[in-house]
Amino acid sequence: MKYVDEYRDGELAREIAAKIRTEADPERDYHFMEFCGGHTHAIFRYGIPDLLPDNVKMIHGPGCPVCVLPIPRLDAAIELAVTHGVILCSYGDMLRVPGSRKRSLLKAKAEGADVRMVYSCMDALKIAQDNPEREVVFFAIGFETTTPPTALVIRQAEKLNVKNFSVYCNHVLTPAAISNILESPEVRELGVLPLDGFVGPAHVSTVIGAQPYYYFAEEYQKPVVIAGFEPLDVLQAILMLVRQINEGRAEVENEFSRAVTAEGNPQAKSIVADTFELRRSFEWRGLGVVPYSALRIKEAFASFDAEKRFTVDYRSARENKACECGAILRGVKSPRDCSLFGDPCTPENPLGSCMVSSEGACAAYYSYGRYQERTFASDKTHPAA
Amino acid sequence: MSNQRQFSSTLDLKNGKVEMVHGSGGKAMAQLIDELFLPAFSNQWLDQMNDQACFELPAGRVVMATDSHVISPLFFPGGDIGALSVHGTVNDVAMSGAVPQYLSAGFILEEGFPLCDLQRIVHSMAAAAEEAGVAIVTGDTKVVERGKGDGCFISTTGVGVVPQGISLGADRVSVGDKILVSGTLGDHGVAIMSLRENLTFETTIESDSQSLDRLVANMVKEVPELHCLRDPTRGGLSATLNEIAQQANVGMQIYEADIPVRSQVKAACEFLGLDPLFVANEGKLVAFCPADKADLLLKTMQEHPQGRDAAVIGEVTEDTLNFVQMQTAFGGNRMVDWINGEQLPRIC
Repeated sequence: MKYVDEYRDGELAREIAAKIRTEADPERDYHFMEFCGGHTHAIFRYGIPDLLPDNVKMIHGPGCPVCVLPIPRLDAAIELAVTHGVILCSYGDMLRVPGSRKRSLLKAKAEGADVRMVYSCMDALKIAQDNPEREVVFFAIGFETTTPPTALVIRQAEKLNVKNFSVYCNHVLTPAAISNILESPEVRELGVLPLDGFVGPAHVSTVIGAQPYYYFAEEYQKPVVIAGFEPLDVLQAILMLVRQINEGRAEVENEFSRAVTAEGNPQAKSIVADTFELRRSFEWRGLGVVPYSALRIKEAFASFDAEKRFTVDYRSARENKACECGAILRGVKSPRDCSLFGDPCTPENPLGSCMVSSEGACAAYYSYGRYQERTFASDKTHPAA
Repeated sequence: MSNQRQFSSTLDLKNGKVEMVHGSGGKAMAQLIDELFLPAFSNQWLDQMNDQACFELPAGRVVMATDSHVISPLFFPGGDIGALSVHGTVNDVAMSGAVPQYLSAGFILEEGFPLCDLQRIVHSMAAAAEEAGVAIVTGDTKVVERGKGDGCFISTTGVGVVPQGISLGADRVSVGDKILVSGTLGDHGVAIMSLRENLTFETTIESDSQSLDRLVANMVKEVPELHCLRDPTRGGLSATLNEIAQQANVGMQIYEADIPVRSQVKAACEFLGLDPLFVANEGKLVAFCPADKADLLLKTMQEHPQGRDAAVIGEVTEDTLNFVQMQTAFGGNRMVDWINGEQLPRIC
């Protein structure tokens, strides 16, 4: 694997950071939301906030698939493994997320449930083929990037006539979540939540293209820059957003031209469209019920749909009342505004969705950035901004 | 060594398997000891075949450390559980500045485990012990039923003696100390991960599993003012630095650009969604010394084959919150926090 260091060149970073400082208008503030948890992670991991001037602020959006999965659906996955006795295959960072009564897939595994970590949904299909006497369920989560592989594995299972394999589908959609944020009262009521532009996730756009964002640029007059996940990509995108604001433009620009086109990947889009359909509504942890924001498996593939194959009970679960994740995901509050942050809510003992995965805003802030708020760790009574 | 016991046929080390009787205390166990363990580990203490080893120690403070090894897979690029079980304990003893001298070895074997694999492991342990200059002076073997173990577990305990005038410990780490590492980080963890059944990727990375006692002996000889040594095994560099920061009630500032990580390890961590600072090492150490001795210590380390890639990676700072911070190669700053449970790969 090559070209890792090239996109992390400190000297080039300082050059771009210097341009941002020079070009950012000192008379105003810039508030940009990085939608995706991968960007949040990169921003904190590489210390990007230190390179930005004080008046350029990043708001951490809801694009962390682990964070936004509501507790009842996680409980249902645990139930599949425990009560129905299936081999439940999941991506790694979902395993530790606590559901109701702090129960996680890892804990269920320790209690004897057959929970397996896979790197690819194809591994889950292989497990099904290797264990024909067992039911195998793939716990599918993620945005547009992980959806085409799930579609492909369902088609492959059909082609190979694998009868003991099904998918518990929890795929969600990026544009719907961005709409939800832009339609939130805080954004619509001018001035409550300043939101000047978006850094869009490049890997999502390698699938859906740049096109779905044109609507946000036109309708809401918010510039969008589609950016890669290397720290230089993120810095460059911030510079491009500053320039758009300064020049009064609200366009969709593509920083990640090395892989993203306007149309995206037509083959991936078509297999997704053939395999899945929109859910009328879907609950997001932190955002609440968002209309037309998630996918379910089409009737034609019902035999591969774990929700149809097994009776899964969705019991409602209450979040901690003091948890500010909803406001943090919409960019209204920052992690340090939450009275639970750091005590008792930590990555080891996450109470809210933003603390559960390293891509969540609270976890990234806690693990990488809390030195910035030195008073905070020693003084829990830090006043909310 | 004793040759008094007679057995009707020799142990089938080629096709034989571990059986329950090998741990039952009877003749089969005696045969396993006589034909496998004794010839491999032979020394004046073990050969007496008592239930314990009786030995003299030179004057000085005695150090004792214990470590259990449950690694999967048992054989990996750059080592195996046998060598690792020696290296792990020898290094724990050596991190006090002590010269490791004696080891005990406890085996828990699973019924059905191939004797040829056990032989390979035992020979590898013997070679590692010889290389480190330690004697395996007492041991124990138990066998558990099939399905109740993972082939072979090994627990070792080591004893050593600290040279006069040397006193190492986390409590001695002070503000202004320099932080050094003895070489590239993350090699062991990535080598192991590349072999896990659900992660098939090819790599030329080998585990760094090795005994560091000779490197340590040189370091304490040349720089007796050394404050603390620790080997960053599970939890990687980040766990070690955070542990010491809390024990010494200090902070730390490290510099990403100065931390040696092989490009292959960097690449593997990149596509697995892992951080090399959290990945395990089995043949590296972290050293803390007064700033004015850092150059001499670095030179001493680099002159030794086990410290060839040594580097100064940062310094100890005053910080009542005990934060470990890192200036990224990119130019910003970030926390290097404790790892939260096992490192799990990110989805995207």
